[in-house]
Amino acid sequence: MARAVTPRRKALNTALAWAIGLLIFFPILWTILTSFKTEAEAIASPPLFLNFDWTLENYAVVQERSDYMKFLLNSVIIAGGSTLLGIIVAVPAAWSMAFVPSRRTRDILLWMLSTKMLPAVGVLYPIYLLFIRLGLLDSRAGLVVVLMLINLPIIVWMLYTYFREIPGEILEAARMDGAGLREEILYVLTPMAVPGIASTILLNFILAWNEAFWTLNLTAADAAPLTAFIASYSSPEGLFYAKLSAASTMAIAPILILGWFSQKQLVRGLTFGAVK
Amino acid sequence: MGQITLERVSKSFGHTEVIPPLDLTIEDGEFCVFVGPSGCGKSTLLRLIAGLDDITSGAVLIDGQDASDVPPAKRGLAMVFQSYALYPHMSVRKNIAFPMRMARIPQDEQNRRIEAAAKALNLTDYLDRRPGQLSGGQRQRVAIGRAIVREPSAFLFDEPLSNLDAALRVGMRLEISELHERLRATMIYVTHDQVEAMTMADKIVVLRAGHIEQVGSPLELYRTPRNLFVAGFIGSPKMNLIGGNEAARHDAHTIGIRPEHIDVSEDGCWQGTVGVAEHLGSDTFLHVHGTGFGGTLTVRTTGEVTLAHGDTVRLLPRAGRIHRFDASGLRIV
Repeated sequence: MARAVTPRRKALNTALAWAIGLLIFFPILWTILTSFKTEAEAIASPPLFLNFDWTLENYAVVQERSDYMKFLLNSVIIAGGSTLLGIIVAVPAAWSMAFVPSRRTRDILLWMLSTKMLPAVGVLYPIYLLFIRLGLLDSRAGLVVVLMLINLPIIVWMLYTYFREIPGEILEAARMDGAGLREEILYVLTPMAVPGIASTILLNFILAWNEAFWTLNLTAADAAPLTAFIASYSSPEGLFYAKLSAASTMAIAPILILGWFSQKQLVRGLTFGAVK
Repeated sequence: MGQITLERVSKSFGHTEVIPPLDLTIEDGEFCVFVGPSGCGKSTLLRLIAGLDDITSGAVLIDGQDASDVPPAKRGLAMVFQSYALYPHMSVRKNIAFPMRMARIPQDEQNRRIEAAAKALNLTDYLDRRPGQLSGGQRQRVAIGRAIVREPSAFLFDEPLSNLDAALRVGMRLEISELHERLRATMIYVTHDQVEAMTMADKIVVLRAGHIEQVGSPLELYRTPRNLFVAGFIGSPKMNLIGGNEAARHDAHTIGIRPEHIDVSEDGCWQGTVGVAEHLGSDTFLHVHGTGFGGTLTVRTTGEVTLAHGDTVRLLPRAGRIHRFDASGLRIV
């Protein structure tokens, strides 16, 4: 029996949801607000909420001191490249696991996911040495490969879940209709899995965009993405909160906007398979 | 051309042998039905012919050529699935065109065949719809259309009517039979429904636990079932099976008599009491108890008999219609 929802209860629920949402959003809001303060106002105690002299000065300084567009381009290339490469590798992998599973498929999936539990710092040294040997240090190509590998388990796992929802008989029908493996994946499986592939791409693009450990450790100047751009404002000669906030705001703005416009896809992607 | 031969074909999943080695030939142009209870291996056998599953040993020959290692896409067979297995993201037209697109048939020819198939299957008005917008019967017709246009050497049907309601099933059964008359192509049809088998087949293959119990025309199976299993499986209502003294009187372990071969008659040699009388209008099925044989006898009689619960009847089996079986269940000739 469905529980009756009184208008009072509904209003209470809405208020509660807003409160929790604001609480979670508060750090980001505070960063954005701080970016419009002077350095003195930024560290003022008690903190100033809206009653300060709004200024764009920090943005001007940040723009002057560093080339935002270069960092942005690097972020786009690294996040986009690693996601694209990951999808190309993961689609056939997920296909074989979903449609021709062997006795070990389950184990392989769990093992793949278990690599995500490994602290990244544990393999920093070997990867750093490899990068020096291969001349990949501070290169976008190197980061594309590393971030692709870092996120590959998640991409494979997500695609596997989507592919499992597609009835195997449809793929068998394609085979009977004369489709080879390439045509089967290209004309039948992929179009049916488009919503799933789209949310996988989206989620992984965001993960790669936000990734800070490897991007900070393996880049210096040429390949540095927006994460390095933010980090460069926590300088040894003292913290400049207002400028750091301005840089942060500029770095998260593109992904925040992307996320806003694709929230439907994202939510579907994250909860997929939860309810059948 | 479409002769299909199975030579010592077997299939195991791990250590479980689901189909022990069997031989079977399906002639060109024949309508062959695989029938048996669920789990008898009939669908597996069809999938082995299709190439969707690999055979464990033996060989599948298509027109005399060994096709055992040929992938399904290259065997030149078309299959209609129980779930229809249409491509949900394509229109009906594109679904039907798909096998021709794979075979790189010129666009003009594709259109010609699509129009012809749509006309034959009453789909002309639905060509631009998606499968999701069609009824079950229409979907199954699309699946059949998709199979026809590639002009395969043989059609494989895997319980194609099981998802349809009873009325539609009868209609589609006739359509498939007519299709066979028109195309004269080899068709292999899997079903658990013996009525479908009897009404459609040129040749019926009765399977149980992966074994072929009997192969023959519908009337051969009806008249001379080779064993008790086939005797009980073919025919509706089921054949009456009687053991004990009555069977011994006929020098058999078990005797069988079909409900339609027992007459209600004054000078009948068997006597019993009517339990339930099922009046179908055209026929009446009497379930007769207390015959002294143990169990109930089913009798098929004319539609307008007025016998009812509790009436005593005398029953007369028709001469020459009693089937005799030995202790191992085999027919005594």
